[in-house]
Amino acid sequence: MITLKKQSKVMSAREAIAEFVHDGDLITFGGFTITRNPMGLCHEIIRQNKKNLHVAVHSQGQAFDLLVGAGCVAVLEVAYGGTARFSPGGGPCFRRAIEKGRVLFEDYTNFQMTLRFLAGAMGVPFLPLRGSLEIDVVKKWGIPPEIRRRNPKLTNEKIALVENPFSESEEKETLVAVPALRPDVALIHAQQADPEGTVRFGGLTFTDVEQVKAAERVIVSCEELVDPETLRKDPVRNQVPFFLVNAVVPIPFGAHPTACYGYYDYDPVHLKRYAEAAREEASLREYLKTYIHGTRDHGEYLALIGDQALDKLRAEPSVGYAPGLDRSGR
Amino acid sequence: MREVTPRERMVLAAARRIRDGEIVFCGTGISMIAAMAAKRIHARSSVIFFETGAIDSRLEELPLSVGDPRVVTGASVGTGLVDSFAILQNPRTASRVVAVLGAAQIDPYGNLNSTCIGDYARPKVRFPGSGGASDAAVYAARTIIFMRLEKRRFVERLDYFSTPGWRNPGGEPSLAHGRPEVVITDEGTFMFNESSRRMYLASYFPGSSPESIEDKVGFDIDTGRAVEEPSPAHESVDLLRKHIDPQHLIL
Repeated sequence: MITLKKQSKVMSAREAIAEFVHDGDLITFGGFTITRNPMGLCHEIIRQNKKNLHVAVHSQGQAFDLLVGAGCVAVLEVAYGGTARFSPGGGPCFRRAIEKGRVLFEDYTNFQMTLRFLAGAMGVPFLPLRGSLEIDVVKKWGIPPEIRRRNPKLTNEKIALVENPFSESEEKETLVAVPALRPDVALIHAQQADPEGTVRFGGLTFTDVEQVKAAERVIVSCEELVDPETLRKDPVRNQVPFFLVNAVVPIPFGAHPTACYGYYDYDPVHLKRYAEAAREEASLREYLKTYIHGTRDHGEYLALIGDQALDKLRAEPSVGYAPGLDRSGR
Repeated sequence: MREVTPRERMVLAAARRIRDGEIVFCGTGISMIAAMAAKRIHARSSVIFFETGAIDSRLEELPLSVGDPRVVTGASVGTGLVDSFAILQNPRTASRVVAVLGAAQIDPYGNLNSTCIGDYARPKVRFPGSGGASDAAVYAARTIIFMRLEKRRFVERLDYFSTPGWRNPGGEPSLAHGRPEVVITDEGTFMFNESSRRMYLASYFPGSSPESIEDKVGFDIDTGRAVEEPSPAHESVDLLRKHIDPQHLIL
């Protein structure tokens, strides 16, 4: 769905999720482990109780784990599920969902997932990479072929081996081919966007730009809604053209408790609180009730975190994070 | 000075093996500290490189993920995963890369498991997954591996083969370019025999012994060549405690 006519796409998270995310959709999140997860959008998916989602990500953390824990997810394609040092053995809900057999899942490596989004972004059916022919990521399939064949959002093959057609040596050169990903929806949190949907990321872009281009529909939440002329004064710093974006949702602290470079750091206290709560089903339900189902929007969620806690996270502009922040989570 | 802890010994044993001028691919945690220490001690022109797209990170503060905002501040280039893996896969750069990795299980040939314990489809314990570690091990010229020394981690057969080492679990030579050079544990370090490519004990830390280490390895291990690992310099330990990880977030 592409809109070339310039118009305001600004809406609330409630409106954007209701209009663009449907039960059973293949969705992807931007960000990486504890940075720039689209938490405001993720919370809204949980509030609206979307079901049977198929989630494809590379190294996703908080948003991914929470969505799995809330029971919204039926299929996972993933390279790494966790919040790094805040959940050393992996995201608690991700782990439990697999250990208890509650989701269909498939493992890839980060480079493979990245190339899958890039293939989708470029409009080609697959991309090749060198190496890693013999590992279990290639040999073992989490989702059996008969289920793959019945699911239109999955290719029949998880992964394939291809020969280099240009090889001039006697010996065959075999590469790993990974299938393109074309998500129904990409959910992205950016530092700045304008009402038409032009996006400017600050800090690392991870795979967000490829995820946006690969997806059929795109919801961008942003820290700051800015005037188009502001972004157009320096276009080389913008990464997403407006016509790829369907909804622009201004959500200050929209990545909390993960970080947003240049705006705020990750919240060690809250990440730890979540990781502890998510270890058991009962305490997870309590967490969901308090922070998500008990709040109407991200503003109410942030009120529970409190201004004092949020102020501590504010980034020092010269470095992009909060220097000296107590990160022990105590 | 407080006694040197096993984790501090591990970090500094790894840091010593990072060479000046190398590109250091780091995972999260202890491997970042090793790269930071090496850069501040002897490998001043080494380049700290993250899969997330941060290249030549300065790391004024210890990051808690490779996606931490701290990896980008003051870096030479800040980009994304497509770029960083492309650089890593390109032989021109790969030949200069050392990857510093960790895992849940290791086998005698240096193959790693960071995915699960038990059956893959319905595991007893699931881990986060390989992330970018397997890609890095395939492309880097050499790898330094961190492991906790435990019998359940040093196993003859992996539950899941996430990352290739010298030979595949069946014994066939690995197709990967990366070669595990050293495995660093809390009691000593292991290297790989030039012909059989099996792991042997290369050194033991003061306070440990080849006998105690042998008991914690789940396969036959040659301990005959082991020497005592030198104790790290006080200044290096001081650097870890006061400057690199003053909040004791990882150490």
